[in-house]
Amino acid sequence: MRITEHPILRFDRGKELSFTFNGQPMKGYEGETIAAALHAAGVKVLAKSEKLHRPRGFFCAIGNCASCQMTVDGEPNVRTCITLLREGMKVESQEGKGRLQ
Amino acid sequence: MREVELLIIGSGPAGLCAALSAAESGARALILERSFRPGGQLVKQTHMFFGSERQYASHRGVDIAELLLKKLAEYGERIELMLNATAVGFYEDNVVTVLKDEKEYFKIRAKSVVCATGAFEKSLAFPNNDLPGIYGAGAVQTLMNVYGVRPGNRVLMVGAGNIGVIVSYQLLQAGIEVAAVLDAAPRIGAYLVHASKLARMGVPILTSHTVKEAVGTDCLEAAVVWALDEKFKPIPGTERRFDVDVMCVSVGLSPLNELLAMRGAEMKYVPQLSGLVPLRSENCETGIPGVFVAGDASGIEEASSAMAEGWLAGLCAAAKLGYVPADFEARRREYLSQLENLRSGPVGERIRAGMKLSLLEGGMRDV
Amino acid sequence: MFEKTGVAAPEMVLEKFPSVERINRGPVAVVECYQKIPCNPCQTACPLGAIEIGDDINNIPQRDEELCGGCGLCVSKCPGLAIMIVDGSKSPDSVEFRIPYEFLPLPAAGETVLGLDRAGRPLCRAKVLKVLNPPSFDRTPVVTLEVERKYLYTFRNFRREAEEHG
Repeated sequence: MRITEHPILRFDRGKELSFTFNGQPMKGYEGETIAAALHAAGVKVLAKSEKLHRPRGFFCAIGNCASCQMTVDGEPNVRTCITLLREGMKVESQEGKGRLQ
Repeated sequence: MREVELLIIGSGPAGLCAALSAAESGARALILERSFRPGGQLVKQTHMFFGSERQYASHRGVDIAELLLKKLAEYGERIELMLNATAVGFYEDNVVTVLKDEKEYFKIRAKSVVCATGAFEKSLAFPNNDLPGIYGAGAVQTLMNVYGVRPGNRVLMVGAGNIGVIVSYQLLQAGIEVAAVLDAAPRIGAYLVHASKLARMGVPILTSHTVKEAVGTDCLEAAVVWALDEKFKPIPGTERRFDVDVMCVSVGLSPLNELLAMRGAEMKYVPQLSGLVPLRSENCETGIPGVFVAGDASGIEEASSAMAEGWLAGLCAAAKLGYVPADFEARRREYLSQLENLRSGPVGERIRAGMKLSLLEGGMRDV
Repeated sequence: MFEKTGVAAPEMVLEKFPSVERINRGPVAVVECYQKIPCNPCQTACPLGAIEIGDDINNIPQRDEELCGGCGLCVSKCPGLAIMIVDGSKSPDSVEFRIPYEFLPLPAAGETVLGLDRAGRPLCRAKVLKVLNPPSFDRTPVVTLEVERKYLYTFRNFRREAEEHG
């Protein structure tokens, strides 16, 4: 899902990082957001809605809409579309409002 | 509490130009940027801008961001850029509360403020519009042009305004198929040269069409669209299904300016400017002396106008602080003439009408 | 229709073309700008003053076919990619087009590609003669193609397709 060749842009990806998504090991790059790294790995469903448990993905990618909230290193409601990926992050999909661990 | 001369909220085209303009007059500025990266939405604009060379026409947005940031750096500590800093409140005496790095919370008092907070993408109501795979067009632009990640394999674009048509072209450049571009309006809203670029790549543009429903269980799998009559009523029997894994919603932007409303600036709903906007003078000053607005926060326009407004607001905000350069009036007239030029044609008609409606009484007076 | 599809009608296109006599004399710009929008880099880019917009930046550019030398400096500067160069001086049977092309992979000189019309429909075979992509073009490469003369007013784009070869 990554663009390697582009007529206008060059993507200088940072260092490769390891993180987990629901316990599964994943790879991403330094300088990208959690949501971008997940999307590149084919993960579009980030959470489930509170009442109807409908799947949620990101919508705005600039931190406005709250559709991308996940639990990161135990902290719920992290806006993954604007939060940079870090080495060893534990990313979990979230049901509704999430829970403080 | 930290005290500053001029506080600029937002580092998009308007905010960056406001800072440069104020610094050129001799003022010191602090820019707050909520993202970890400056430049606002310029950083994902790979297309060449319109306008004249005074707004860097023919340069790509992403390069304009770099150019403006380089200029910013030339001012050294006269312009401070604070990243990961969200302005969350705006109170009397121009006290702005800031959340930094999602942890630290503090107050800044500014003598003058330029609110250049931009806009956000509107959504569209249809069944299953919350399925993953349905994104704002700007979000897809961020994903592919900033992070180099493909949003999917086949895209349906909803909205044939400039953003919808430009992002469709950029999707093709990233090697992604665009099944069609829809718009509920009977005419393409985008500049027609952009639409032609897309048309000759074989992408159909379907005016008078809208989404009936999205289909999918966990993610978007298809979209059903239908035609609209002159009264924008769907015509049963005209349904068409597009098997797409991505839908981009590009049905306009809304100004993001709650901070100004909170500060008590008089707001007005102006449809021509796409939403609630603060009343302001010709010099971009709101009804609250020393509080300015520039860019999409003052009404949705193109980035070229946002830059011109930024230059004007920065100049006039610095003047309020006592930094009145010898060429003040010449510069002011220059920025005003740029804006007049950009808005003077038929595509600027709506904006001109909106500007009239959002002008403060007596707003044409000189500072 | 143009406002509904983005595809200019044949008579609109024809109006933007210089005379056949001029085309046969050598390269000349076709500026396919039909709408008044605030934009003037074509005027700024022209070293000969052959494209005029005037004081109102919204005016539609006017290209003087006698002043225009067909240098093509405007082609990669137009933000709408609305300009191409046509040259009918090389052969009575074909026309050379220079068009902007911002996609990868770029074609190579000598390659045969599928010529497309303004709606992106396949039209003809076209032979790539040259691909220019210097830094001054700022990532808007310009491709020169040879096309049968009967497609002068309909050819506008091309697609690179491996299976189209031979």
